[in-house]
Amino acid sequence: MRRANDQPEESNTAHPCKDCYASRLLSRRTVLKSALGLGVSLHFARVADSAETDPKKLRPQIGDVFIFSSGDHQGQVVTIRDLPEGGPPAFAYPLDPKTQTLRDGSRLNRVLFVHLAQTELTDPTRAVAAEGVVGYSAICPHTGCDVSGWKAETQHLVCPCHASTFDPKDRARVIGGPAPRPLPLLPLRTVDGKVTVAGAFSARVGAEQK
Amino acid sequence: MNQVIRLVPFALMALISLFSNPVAAQNTVPYTPVTAERLLHPEPDNWLMYRGTYNSWGYSPLDQITTKNVDKLTPMWTFSTGVNEGHQSPPLVNNGVMFITTPKNQVLALNASTGELLWRYQRELPEDLFQLHPTNRGVALYGDKVFLATVDAHLLALNAKTGEVVWDQTVENYLTGYYMTLAPLVVRGKVMVGVSGGELGIRGFVQAFEAETGKSVWKTYTVPGPGEKGHETWSGDTWKTGAVSIWVTGSYDPQLNLTYWGTGNPGPFIAAMRPGDNLYANSVIALDADTGELKAHHQYHWNDAWDWDEVSAPLLLDVQRPGKSFKALVHAGRNGYLWLLERKADKIDFVNATPFVRQNVFTKIDPESGRPTYDPQRIAGIGKRAEFCPSVWGGKDWPPAAYNPQTGYLYIPANQNLCSALTGQETTYQPGQLYIGVDFSKIELLPTAEAKDHIGEIQAWDINAGKKAWTVKFKSHNWGPLLTTGGGLIFSGGTNDRYFRAFDAKTGKLLWQQRTNSGVTGVPTSYRIDGIQYVAVQSGWGVDAQRKQELLDKAFGTKTFVPQGGVLWVFALRK
Ligand code: FES
Repeated sequence: MRRANDQPEESNTAHPCKDCYASRLLSRRTVLKSALGLGVSLHFARVADSAETDPKKLRPQIGDVFIFSSGDHQGQVVTIRDLPEGGPPAFAYPLDPKTQTLRDGSRLNRVLFVHLAQTELTDPTRAVAAEGVVGYSAICPHTGCDVSGWKAETQHLVCPCHASTFDPKDRARVIGGPAPRPLPLLPLRTVDGKVTVAGAFSARVGAEQK
Repeated sequence: MNQVIRLVPFALMALISLFSNPVAAQNTVPYTPVTAERLLHPEPDNWLMYRGTYNSWGYSPLDQITTKNVDKLTPMWTFSTGVNEGHQSPPLVNNGVMFITTPKNQVLALNASTGELLWRYQRELPEDLFQLHPTNRGVALYGDKVFLATVDAHLLALNAKTGEVVWDQTVENYLTGYYMTLAPLVVRGKVMVGVSGGELGIRGFVQAFEAETGKSVWKTYTVPGPGEKGHETWSGDTWKTGAVSIWVTGSYDPQLNLTYWGTGNPGPFIAAMRPGDNLYANSVIALDADTGELKAHHQYHWNDAWDWDEVSAPLLLDVQRPGKSFKALVHAGRNGYLWLLERKADKIDFVNATPFVRQNVFTKIDPESGRPTYDPQRIAGIGKRAEFCPSVWGGKDWPPAAYNPQTGYLYIPANQNLCSALTGQETTYQPGQLYIGVDFSKIELLPTAEAKDHIGEIQAWDINAGKKAWTVKFKSHNWGPLLTTGGGLIFSGGTNDRYFRAFDAKTGKLLWQQRTNSGVTGVPTSYRIDGIQYVAVQSGWGVDAQRKQELLDKAFGTKTFVPQGGVLWVFALRK
């Protein structure tokens, strides 16, 4: 099953703008064809994290790629070379490469990436990073704002709402502020330079319910 | 699924009372419907709306607890809400039944003399909701219903006897940044609410609904659209995301049939991003209670650049000055000035404005119009940092001021000796994302040298004389809403040391204090049952008080721990 996920998806689709989400939609037939060969992994990739059945709302699934949701590359597939080493963070939604479903049906699927020097990551963080790219839920566990701030001097993520600060080098540990727990971590792997999902979120995403 | 937990199966209780203590049967408190007439003239024993009365005085005529005996004030019972964050709502009391709200839109109905829980409503909030201000400022009462404005921008009517949802009306889409925290205002069978979301590029409004059905009656935007008066004060499309939120309950003048609302700042924070006066931001607006028509306004300051929401509704007073008696609107501004205005059927006239904290932005105020002139140094731009006083939290934030007709004093919960700095940055609007034009985490709080001495204050102003009578000073910043009473007292918490205090309303002398579980940012109220006067308040620190505390700690190199978790405290005189 692991092997199935290791297979490069869509590697032979050629478009003028190969990484554009819009042009990728045109390649749906090719994608569906390759999906047939991945029947087993489709089942396996379902993570227990969410009870949702709407594929647009499903939490990131193993093998998903990502589409930038803002910034210069908005609408394009996230590749490692688009993520500047040392930050700042980039924001994206997962895309099921087989059905081309963008999982933007829930804002809880928003993910942030920071590209850091591998040597700066703690061991457990490096283990789930992809060549120095770490992925976390972009939703603050305090009261659910988007963690969009970046402190370049310390390489810390900052939630703009009540200033909770997280260390992306160390499993998004809480450095300060009211956040009750770290940002859920999303295990990543690169496939042909594209950032893909390698496992489920480490914890429930979203604000504390209590 | 919304949950109502009724704790008392009445049949069972009746059965028990047959065999045991007959007192147990008292846990069914009969409910008295709230009429339009009762809201106009609430009985002194009750506290039926946000500030007690439509004039927003925060005054209880009850006089059993006095300056002489307040030292015997003691806790009767408490109630843990089970929730963290900012507990800001007043305990409303209607003939023995108390209603409080907590963050996350929980409503609790209690027996106001015994503390017994009658019912609990807990809204199930959407999992993708984000809350910039996790708080709620209370319910409104009418008929046999309880009205709650929710943080996912719905207006609910609950059955006052059971807590069951009678109707649920969507006011706006929370995913586009709208949310609600204020206590609704009920006037003549209509429930009025305003929307929060000033940091998220909303377009603010006040909307009225039929209390009986939840049907919308009128809706008035606080940012005028094309063709509406005042639209010309916004450039291009800036009005579409112009903010001007409404997050504190309005006042009401029954003679003029006008509701008065304080309005929030325009968005984004950076003035250059929305050239023009930006009506009706940072204003008081007068809306006809029946039609919502905007009959009059006064803009305290134009083209705001300091995040100085002026959301507190003005207090309605009759002012006597030599040679001039008039019906006034009084507002202690976040901008640090105390505003005195005259209210009329079709306009609001400027009378005067006096700074009540250090303010270095206004260079003069036009004596006719009240329009301030600004020091351009104090206005941040894109890439341009500017320092200004008071801070972004202002001379007085949302905690309501109070007026005592016996002393003739207006009481202001103020913050002194604090300034701020902002630096603008380019921002593009994205629905549901912060849209303020500054890096939120880089909003600076700059205490002056005097801040070491004190920050928080309660100021008393003799309104007829136009002079400050006295000031109480606290080392801590002050987030304490005020209650004043016929017993010549002021009640307030608000400081980071967790105290709830009573002061002499004439002199400001501290007469009593009680340490509570957390910091008190709740609105205190007073009521009477069976001849006993009670004072009630929620203690539960959070939201802006907590954020400001963190910035102060950073500035002073201190570490202040204010525990969170809401508890309702109810006090009466020790026998
Ligand atoms: S939501 Fe992030 S710090 Fe509060």
